[in-house]
Amino acid sequence: MPNEHDGTPPESNEPLSKEELKKRAAAEAKAKALELARQRALEKKEESEAAAGSSEPEDALAKEKALAAAKAKAVAAAKAKAAAAAKAKAAREGATAAAGSGDEKALAAAKAKAAAAAKAKAAAAAKAKAAREGATEAAGSGDEKALAAAKAKAAAAAKAKAAAAAKAKAAREGATDAAGSGDEKALAAAEAKAAAAAKAKAAAAAKAKAARAGESDPSDASDEKAKAIAAAKAKAAAAARAKAAASAKIAEKPAEEQKPSPLQPLLDKYKAIIQKELGEDALEDSYINLLSKDVPTLVAKPDTYYQIAQLLKHHEELRFDYLSELHATDFETHLEVYTHFYSYSHRCPAALKVKINREDPVIDSLAPLWSGADWPEREAYDLIGITFKGHPNLTRIMMPDDWVGHPLRKDYEPYDVEV
Amino acid sequence: MIRTEEMLLNVGPQHPSTHGVFRIVLKIDGETIIEANPVIGYLHRGTEKLAENLQYTQIIPYTDRMDYLAAMTNNYVICHAVETMMNIEIPERADYLRVLVMELGRVASHLVWFGTYLLDIGAMSPFLYAFREREAIIGFLNEISGARLTFNYMRIGGVKWDAPEGWIEKVRDFVPYMREQLAGYHDLVTGNEIFLNRVKGVGYYSKEEALDYSLSGANLRCTGIAWDLRKDEPYSLYDRFTFNVPAFDSGDAWARYQCRMAEIEESLKIIEQAVEQFPESGEVLAKVPKIIKPPKGEAFVRIESPRGEIGCYIASEGKKEPYRLKFRRPSFYNLQILPKLLVGENISNLITILGGIDIVLGEVDG
Repeated sequence: MPNEHDGTPPESNEPLSKEELKKRAAAEAKAKALELARQRALEKKEESEAAAGSSEPEDALAKEKALAAAKAKAVAAAKAKAAAAAKAKAAREGATAAAGSGDEKALAAAKAKAAAAAKAKAAAAAKAKAAREGATEAAGSGDEKALAAAKAKAAAAAKAKAAAAAKAKAAREGATDAAGSGDEKALAAAEAKAAAAAKAKAAAAAKAKAARAGESDPSDASDEKAKAIAAAKAKAAAAARAKAAASAKIAEKPAEEQKPSPLQPLLDKYKAIIQKELGEDALEDSYINLLSKDVPTLVAKPDTYYQIAQLLKHHEELRFDYLSELHATDFETHLEVYTHFYSYSHRCPAALKVKINREDPVIDSLAPLWSGADWPEREAYDLIGITFKGHPNLTRIMMPDDWVGHPLRKDYEPYDVEV
Repeated sequence: MIRTEEMLLNVGPQHPSTHGVFRIVLKIDGETIIEANPVIGYLHRGTEKLAENLQYTQIIPYTDRMDYLAAMTNNYVICHAVETMMNIEIPERADYLRVLVMELGRVASHLVWFGTYLLDIGAMSPFLYAFREREAIIGFLNEISGARLTFNYMRIGGVKWDAPEGWIEKVRDFVPYMREQLAGYHDLVTGNEIFLNRVKGVGYYSKEEALDYSLSGANLRCTGIAWDLRKDEPYSLYDRFTFNVPAFDSGDAWARYQCRMAEIEESLKIIEQAVEQFPESGEVLAKVPKIIKPPKGEAFVRIESPRGEIGCYIASEGKKEPYRLKFRRPSFYNLQILPKLLVGENISNLITILGGIDIVLGEVDG
């Protein structure tokens, strides 16, 4: 019977470095799992051969062993964890110190270190957990695959958690920092800092954005700080524009601080009229698109899209009599129809967007309101695959009638009968 | 009582009057059109799909192939969209060169329209004159860009080449010559009784219909709406020049003809002023990053092409390729009104109406 295990408990070893310890623990867990699996297989074979419950004692033995091993591993993991924690603490201390000295580079570095330490810690914890779980499971089923999967899952989850925690912490620290000065700009800067710590890439982007946001007033602080503030501002504004802001609060504040767009009164007017006629929550969002010549942009909900369009066309103070452009985009998470209007009566522009469920891409047609929407909607149907309800003649326009698929979808695969 | 019968008549996709591949299925009763169904897409090359895998500078040559009669404005619209997103300042000299080539392109485009339109409705000789002058313009554009039609001249942040020695002077001398020729065209065609009978009152639509159908360019201005993006939403340097926006309000093919002929004159005015103001020296390309990466977000810009409002929409993920690129192609929008205009018309007016819209099929089909 393959009962002999060559693995000795890690406690009995001479002191090793954390990494080695970890490696070893992992290797052991693997070996053990393999062993168990082998054992299990053999047992099964025996069972089938003897057709009797003679494998019971062996099973119990294996269970016992696995448990012992798991215990040992947990101890080792705990040790590693403690070490990691110590390191993280040191890093945190370093970070605080850096904050005191006001050296941003050092701060960022320290933060990165802290994040790394936290990650290591989490990994160690996850491993311990996985080992524990794995051992239990292996003892029960002896299935190697399940063990590996459980381990991986636990590790990934722990990692993600730790990363989030580290990020939040960094942000919190930054926030505290900023709170001291009582400056909202600094808050944004702190946010940017946290992001920079999380991703080295973000720093370069922020810098580039800072260069773009030339109009932002330089504060009396150090050069670097001003840069960071500008970067944060630009970033927040960009986030607001892209509507990818994780937190609306942070995104909006810097936007307000910026010089209000000359078209802001127009947006306010549109919003007021729409909300008055269709209720407060008729619009999903509205903003000035700073990248697109400050065009006031309204985002409708799918069920209010047609009503808003109707209002835009017929309301006395809006009168958007000209549909300049209509097209759709596949954003992978959703589809989007973008329309650009112009009012020749009031000489003002507006953009209207609507997000559509990708699985069930149906939206009201604007062709009954503007005849000019006819062909563009056919094009959007043809190339993106959006069905426009109420369209007079919704057929393919660019591709042949028997074409399969919608080519401008991001996941489009050309269909070829010969393949 | 005469017994009549409806029949289907297929025109195109290869038909000389469409100047491309455009098909229209007519339901006729005798010589009267009852119903018209345009079929397009024969020239669809998937520019927008291709662009999703191309860097911004690499997309510029593709735009040459959309409206191949006025490729400079197409070049400009994509550069303008990216520059708007990235907030790039264009060197003055480059901007003047851009205006010059765009306006020369506009004149050339209108000359092609003038020549072929009259050819389509039965006048042979104007075509020869118009192409003679257009050839001179194409010569200028060839000299500056290295190509006769597919220029690929503009770059994000400026233009590829500076004007060669003596080019500005040649363009300056061309303006009075062109004015003289233009007067000749008017003598030859504008007052011609046969021509007037062919175009007056044909293909009429009202101001409201023009707006409803998203028409732009001369197709809109022929109804009396003096709307020109060069004037009303100035881009590039157009706010530095004095010029008029010709508008005629009869809404028929005749008004569209007058509009385009007057626009040639206005373009010549702009060229004249641009040559006068042309800076002695300077850069022709702004300092731009080697790899163009507009910030994350989206932008839609529109400018005035010879055929109307050409627009460019870019959705960027901050990468070197656009996430989505879309052109608002004026010919595509302008052509939508055709079935409506044809109902009840005589077949012989089909070409007058279609030609009056001034489409380029490369642009219709994208």
